Amino acid sequence: MNFERIREIIVKELRQSFREPRTRALMFIPPIIQFLVFGFVVNLDVERSKLAWYDQDNSPASRELRASFESSEYFIVTNTPSNPAELQDLMDRESVHSGVVVPPGFAEDLARGRSTRIQMLVEGTNSNTASILVNYASDIVRTYSSGRMVDLITQKRMARGGQIAKMQAPGIDLQQRVWFNPELKSRNYFIPGVAVNIITIVTLMLTAMAIVREKEIGTMEQLMVTPIKPIELMLGKTLPFAVVGLFDLTLIVILGILVFRIPFAGNAFLLLGASILFLFTTLGVGILISTVSNTQQQANLSTFFFFQPAFMLSGFAFPIRSMPEPVQWLTMVNPLRYFVEICRGVFLKGSGFDVLWPQFAALAVFGFCIITFSALRFHKRLD
Amino acid sequence: MTPHENTVIIDKLVKRFGDFVAVDDVSLTVKRGEIFGFLGPNGAGKSTTIRILCALLAPTSGVATVAGYDVAREPEAVKLHIGYMSQKFSLYDDLTVGENIEFFSGIYGVPRDIRDERRAYALRMAGLEEKEQTKTSLLAGGWKQRLALGCAILHQPPVVFLDEPTSGVDPLARRAFWDLINELSHAGHTVFVTTHYMEEAEYCHRVALMYRGRVISLGTPHDLRKQLRSDTLPEPTMEDVFVSMIEREDAALAGGKS
Repeated sequence: MNFERIREIIVKELRQSFREPRTRALMFIPPIIQFLVFGFVVNLDVERSKLAWYDQDNSPASRELRASFESSEYFIVTNTPSNPAELQDLMDRESVHSGVVVPPGFAEDLARGRSTRIQMLVEGTNSNTASILVNYASDIVRTYSSGRMVDLITQKRMARGGQIAKMQAPGIDLQQRVWFNPELKSRNYFIPGVAVNIITIVTLMLTAMAIVREKEIGTMEQLMVTPIKPIELMLGKTLPFAVVGLFDLTLIVILGILVFRIPFAGNAFLLLGASILFLFTTLGVGILISTVSNTQQQANLSTFFFFQPAFMLSGFAFPIRSMPEPVQWLTMVNPLRYFVEICRGVFLKGSGFDVLWPQFAALAVFGFCIITFSALRFHKRLD
Repeated sequence: MTPHENTVIIDKLVKRFGDFVAVDDVSLTVKRGEIFGFLGPNGAGKSTTIRILCALLAPTSGVATVAGYDVAREPEAVKLHIGYMSQKFSLYDDLTVGENIEFFSGIYGVPRDIRDERRAYALRMAGLEEKEQTKTSLLAGGWKQRLALGCAILHQPPVVFLDEPTSGVDPLARRAFWDLINELSHAGHTVFVTTHYMEEAEYCHRVALMYRGRVISLGTPHDLRKQLRSDTLPEPTMEDVFVSMIEREDAALAGGKS
């Protein structure tokens, strides 16, 4: 191997990439935009959801229940329709996400110690948000309801001349402790995955493009008649983009910590090591794509052909454990999956190599196989 | 006779792409310092032959040696001893003239102590001494081609392959380009050049006419013209030679079939 030739390719690649304002921007602007979009926009948390309150009872008890909804951070009552048609209209126009209907006689039923019902209408087009809303609402109603029960029992005892002014209702209190993401922020779950996403797309795309562009303009043929060895050309073509990928990753980690206050519990060097291992895979796939593509459009399409399923099956957005079992097996051969696990582990849990070694091993195996396979395919002949 | 008297030796060379025979049993030799022209219509197999000689394509059968190295068995050794320039402009448009020269010097492994000298030579040859800092994309066609040639011979290869180097270049620049080719020949480089400009064939020491994958005629431009000389055509041009050879070939083929 001749290091001078590798250096020449790297120098040339960097000159070309940094000279052209368009490619210069391409290396850094889309990752940052994508990162900010995911950070600010992709948020599955439900906060201050708009609620229509249709109160047919209009009693102290129903107003008390409404106050419990409003005092939670999840709902805000934006409309108080006075008839069913008005409520229907609000739901149709999506002015509200949900509506509560308190029937007449609500307070009376409660006062007499009878069971009663209230209705909740939920806009269910986004099933995830809808079920979260229903959960929050039933929590609020349950709390209200058990409060009323305690009041009722206490009143009865006092009527019977009991000594105890107020008693504890017997019951089981669930003590929740959420680990690793105590505020249950979906952003904390997503951002480490965004890092994976960006480093994959940047390195995959830049490598494939850099090689295919040379095929298109004819310089690849020129390079193939020089004494350069395929391995030298491969290294020269991938190392600059490996550096760009690692730079982007560092940028994302720093922005994630500073802008989005993502906890970074683990060791930065462990993440760096995993990233380098992972780069073997993405750069290898990039080279592989360049060997089957003759134009930049083909390379683009092939990139997405690889990236889209790999992304879906990485566990970035959709939990792997909820996938059908055969699909779960499929995720085992997806290098992205392991890198997502490492990123989340290092970011949120502070996991060390003692825990993450199987993922590291998987990345190493994939990287080795893919880079070897693409190197074998990367010839200096035209046929 | 030195062992490198014949720098290019082709013996019964065949290249098939599936059923299509691109190069059909071609044999010829080229001497050191010779300017050897390869003529023929598009699709005749000229570029395929050159690509085999540059070890870019593997021959289906037959043997070819370039500068003493077998193109099929020692492709990397061949690549150290040849310069190649194709019809497609093949330098980096977004690098400067100087950066292109520097890049190819590095890739070809030109020794450091003679690098400045080779760089100066390439610049002088291309007539771009004043334009070292100019972006290559801003050069006119003729200069680009001369720069490409300059970059292809930085490592002083004994054999230079030029695949339609002057296509799309204006006549004046073409003339200047051929002066360069002559210069190379005088300096001892063997130049193997394809073209479809008939007047350019006159500048070659010897030409081979290629048609449908086969060499149908081979000789000095003078000899080829002399063969065709007749009372009706006392001063045949290379174009006349070319047209009549192809007509004769087509007639023979048609006759063979009926």
